[in-house]
Amino acid sequence: MKKDKRFIVPQDPWQDLSRFTPARIALGRTGTSLPTKASLEFSLAHALARDAVNIPLDFASLEHSLERQGYQTLTLQTQAENHRMYLQRPDLGRLLSESAWLCLQNNAQITSDAVVVVADGLSSKAIEHHALPFLHLLLPQLLASGYALPPICLVKNGRVAIGDAIAEHYSARLCIVLIGERPGLSSPDSMGIYFTYQAQSSLSTDADRNCISNIHSNGLNYEQALAKLLYLIDESEKLKISGVNLKDETSDGESNEQSKWANFLLS
Amino acid sequence: MYKTQVSHFTYDFKTLRNLLAKASPARSGDYLAGVAAVNNLERVAAQWALADVPLKQFLNEALVPYEQDEITRLIIDEHDKSAFAAISHLTIGDFRDWLLSEQASTEVLTAIAPGLTPEMVAAVSKIMRIQDLILVAKKCRVITRFRGTIGLENRLSTRLQPNHPTDSPAGVAASILDGLLYGCGDAVIGVNPASDNLEATLQLLHMLHNVIERYQIPTQACVLAHVTTTLKAIEQGAPVDLVFQSIAGTQKANDSFGINLNLLQQAHHAALELERGSLGDNCMYFETGQGSALSANAHEGMDQQTCEARAYAVARKFKPLLVNSVVGFIGPEYLYDGKQIIRAGLEDHFCGKLLGLPMGCDICYTNHAEADQDDMDMLLTQFAVAGGTFIMGVPGADDVMLNYQSTSFHDALYLRQVLGLKPAPEFEQWLQKHHIFDDENQLTHPSAIPTLFKTAIQKIQRGSDEKG
Repeated sequence: MKKDKRFIVPQDPWQDLSRFTPARIALGRTGTSLPTKASLEFSLAHALARDAVNIPLDFASLEHSLERQGYQTLTLQTQAENHRMYLQRPDLGRLLSESAWLCLQNNAQITSDAVVVVADGLSSKAIEHHALPFLHLLLPQLLASGYALPPICLVKNGRVAIGDAIAEHYSARLCIVLIGERPGLSSPDSMGIYFTYQAQSSLSTDADRNCISNIHSNGLNYEQALAKLLYLIDESEKLKISGVNLKDETSDGESNEQSKWANFLLS
Repeated sequence: MYKTQVSHFTYDFKTLRNLLAKASPARSGDYLAGVAAVNNLERVAAQWALADVPLKQFLNEALVPYEQDEITRLIIDEHDKSAFAAISHLTIGDFRDWLLSEQASTEVLTAIAPGLTPEMVAAVSKIMRIQDLILVAKKCRVITRFRGTIGLENRLSTRLQPNHPTDSPAGVAASILDGLLYGCGDAVIGVNPASDNLEATLQLLHMLHNVIERYQIPTQACVLAHVTTTLKAIEQGAPVDLVFQSIAGTQKANDSFGINLNLLQQAHHAALELERGSLGDNCMYFETGQGSALSANAHEGMDQQTCEARAYAVARKFKPLLVNSVVGFIGPEYLYDGKQIIRAGLEDHFCGKLLGLPMGCDICYTNHAEADQDDMDMLLTQFAVAGGTFIMGVPGADDVMLNYQSTSFHDALYLRQVLGLKPAPEFEQWLQKHHIFDDENQLTHPSAIPTLFKTAIQKIQRGSDEKG
């Protein structure tokens, strides 16, 4: 088809703003509706995100990689036996299976300061992409602070609260859960970290947790996430709490490019 | 008390709480909680039995004991008996008939609102079809004010939701400008901060305040941080227009959110003292959603829709500017698919409006729910037909921070076009004055950049030339 015969949708003249955000801005319009291209791009992203929910995490490979780096691991299953059950029964994703309990009990119960739990959650891609590089930064820091750590627990079909029982089992003060967040259209691989001080199974609630979310290539980077987590750990040790009464007062270092334009609407 | 016989079966539902749960239209969260009807017949039997329950009974039988739950105490203690008098003789079934009748005019519905309890409203919704929910809600009129007038007839407002994964000011500003140029933002410019960090909250509050001042936009700002963070920000002298908080319908669920009525009262008071509204002093913004109590394991044996309606008692106490049911955000464990999300959205709007609240809806879904854009279009259209107060405006419907799909600037424009709905009058004037909308409330030609924002956009373009 010749170009001049096509129906051309004019572009929004503020396209340049797109470099400041991964948000779908300046999409243009035909009438007041989404142009075909933007509409199909949305469908494509939705298809990818839908599929990301259903891809299982390769636990064996995660185990091997961590063990190669000298860390012990335990792979544990929750009572949500399969993915479908996991999606529909969040309560079961918060409970360890019988075999997981046996596995924990067979593992020498060392007195610990902190537990590190990695759960697949709703995005295996998040853990596949971000868990190892983040742990590579975090674990040496925890060990350098003199924290005693039990094996890293890798949890299949786990929800955030699964960390509570594990922390309790090891009598650990600090519970750190890395989990795959619900896949977004623009970030099917976003990882979250939940931190709980003195976690207690069936007693700790969301109000007792601090969350660091959106760890992915367009979101928080590993160093930023680590700085936030270490700050929360230090503060919780001082105040003996976590959750809504423990405020994250770190500031995010912005890139020069971003801060140069921070006030383009205002200056 | 709650016995009925249908199709040769006798059912005895024992308690009002159980009866309400069994009568609730099917949804995954109630199955998860183990409170749902076991089959269709039991559900319909419960609906029959519920239709015979007098409205008065709801004042005699608390679903959660008065002594153990401050929401129950709030509902009972603040019930307005004189407003209730006009309908006190009705059963739930009669109440449905009455609501649909000519007798229940806008004025009458406004007058009885303080006499209704959340449980009465939830109960009647359970025996109403979608068209009933739409028709009655459409008759309700709830008007609130801060810097604009929200909720007038034939108007639809939008919350501009310019979220960014790391709260980058430039990123947030880019989405704000995009939204404003698409005519969005009269309900509020409301950012969900990526972390509940005081520093980030302060930075965003100042920036939103400066943008609104600089461009003289008749709207209000909100950073949707936890109420305790916002209180700290107020203590530090930050410009807070609206105080935000997520709320739920049981004391236990609110505990898990780290809030209670006292804390909300304190925040409401602090915001009122700032006196930042030019037209009115509705200065709270609440969000709710079916399933939130259950997800905190704090539903107290109630079905999720009844829990949700009880959250509106909390909202009502503080005369909010906006209440938003974030209907599909919670996930398929609570609302499984498009069908369940659509009905829940319309129920919440109906219940909130009948109780006198300025109800908006975050028409949305997550990627692990069985829903897509077609489902959103159905709820979007039905919600607007029902006279919904406001919807979200998220660039391209894709929230890149919260990772879910909501409604877009384009979606709001679609409703304006097919239903002739205008934004709040003050914002409408501002849009027309700056030639974003023409006199017919249509966007002006896409290539024309409004003079107001020319400098900002040229600066960015020059910036990229320099870089290139």
